[in-house]
Amino acid sequence: MATDNTHPLSAVLAADEAALLQDWLTDQTATPAFRSDRITREELLDQSRRFLSALRSALDSGHDDVDGPAWQPVRDVVSDLSGMRAEQGFSPSETASFVFSLKEPLFRRLQERFAREPQRLAESIWYTTQLIDRVGLYSTEIYQRGRETLILRQQEEMLELSTPVVTLWHGILALPLIGTLDSARTQIVMENLLQRIVDTGAAIAIIDITGVPTVDTLTAQHLLKAVAAARLMGADCIISGIRPQIAQTIVHLGVDLGAVLTKATLADAFRVALQRQGLAVQPIAGAKRPATEAPADEGEA
Amino acid sequence: MEHIPILKLGDHLLVTIQVDMHDRLAMSLQDDLTARIVSTRAKGVLIDISALEIVDSFIGRMLGDIAAMARVLDAETVVVGMRPAVAITLVELGLSLPGVRTALNVERGMELLRSGLRARERGDAGPA
Amino acid sequence: MPVLRREERGIATSEDVVTVRQIVRRHAVELGFNLVDQTKIVTAASELARNTLQHGGGGRVVIEWLTDELHRARRGLRLSFEDTGPGIANVQQALQDGFSTSGGLGLGLSGARRLCNDFSIDSRPGLGTRVVIARWR
Repeated sequence: MATDNTHPLSAVLAADEAALLQDWLTDQTATPAFRSDRITREELLDQSRRFLSALRSALDSGHDDVDGPAWQPVRDVVSDLSGMRAEQGFSPSETASFVFSLKEPLFRRLQERFAREPQRLAESIWYTTQLIDRVGLYSTEIYQRGRETLILRQQEEMLELSTPVVTLWHGILALPLIGTLDSARTQIVMENLLQRIVDTGAAIAIIDITGVPTVDTLTAQHLLKAVAAARLMGADCIISGIRPQIAQTIVHLGVDLGAVLTKATLADAFRVALQRQGLAVQPIAGAKRPATEAPADEGEA
Repeated sequence: MEHIPILKLGDHLLVTIQVDMHDRLAMSLQDDLTARIVSTRAKGVLIDISALEIVDSFIGRMLGDIAAMARVLDAETVVVGMRPAVAITLVELGLSLPGVRTALNVERGMELLRSGLRARERGDAGPA
Repeated sequence: MPVLRREERGIATSEDVVTVRQIVRRHAVELGFNLVDQTKIVTAASELARNTLQHGGGGRVVIEWLTDELHRARRGLRLSFEDTGPGIANVQQALQDGFSTSGGLGLGLSGARRLCNDFSIDSRPGLGTRVVIARWR
């Protein structure tokens, strides 16, 4: 591939950068890929200008290795705008079209320049295509990573939303878990739980796993970690919401929940927690009680 | 050589660890504390680690050893004030200090020691 | 992997282990690690610095800030503990929980591994040991 300093592409860029910029901008804003709802013409102008000037200095360096140090400024510009577009909700093709749309105005200029030299025209178009394609692919890669980061962040935010810690009574916390418990989630569950123990001075926490679909060895390990961490801060845990199938799986898999107190329902666990605080739930004397199926209470007749 | 101060509060000893301990200091605390348990006939030891930013396996082991030694000398040990980030890290490290009693803060730890003592007095007085 | 910053520190006494903890903490804070991640990397550093001192007869730690070229906002902290001590004859065994040659809990290496994202160990009997860990923000 040509690496001489006087490559026609450098010359084209040097000749009329301002006019090229205008042409390119017109092309970009004329296509359906232009998202006037997400980006203003001024922002696009600024990005295009920065890209062209970075491209020009990269070409002037005489190196055409897009991954090399001479192309760092180009990669920086592309990286910034692709990452930004990923955040702003552009589609992959809308993002990549920024780089690819530069081909047309460049080709027009090369055509004018080499109108009578088909061999050189073909060569320089091939060279330009290869360069732009590689920068375009880089842009797509950055876009992809930007989307991944965004998804990861959203997942984290959802995790935090999905692990509330509620106070049931003075000194008694409840942590209703819904969904699978992996190591990332366990980390957030622990952080939330321990911080609430500090904030409220709670001595007992009930971890309710009614909403956890399965409890395998790994899930049990995660649960036990949370229990152990709470204990290190002086709080006891009770695990409640053990559905019949879960009890069966626990035994079949030989999962060891150690010395942790487990209860079938949150109500049972709450009763134990109250007892440990020296409290009990009692019916109000003379009050009328609804004849619904209240949980059986040994304290009643 | 520097030492970590040990305070006597009634029947109990209170140790507040306020420095990032190097290993020799941790070992000397172990020596000092067992000596003080014997000389004061203390029934309980409170170790406040709320100032510690990390507890690694060395310090973890020291806490476990102190609790075990104190038990042999007929004193209860309660470790109080562990920070949430420290507790999470310690569990991840693989240490859950099974032989050590814990409490949220000095006040709770003191309650725990007192209730433990009362239970023991009742146990001593009544028939087995 | 591009390195943004680099600092080196010798480990010769038990006070140095404390200093290493403090230096690693400062780097983790500057890199914007959250409190739990700071605590994890500092604890891992403490375990490994003590190993370098006790088993390697002293050595040094190299602290580096990492970034990902494609993903420039990503930051990591890499710690390399090196000694020229007797080395570890059986690395697999040394990585198991509860294996100890010093009467400790045997959680140094295995525990440090659990507290990090990346972990590698290179040990040659008679020549020394190099343990490299990294944690990403």
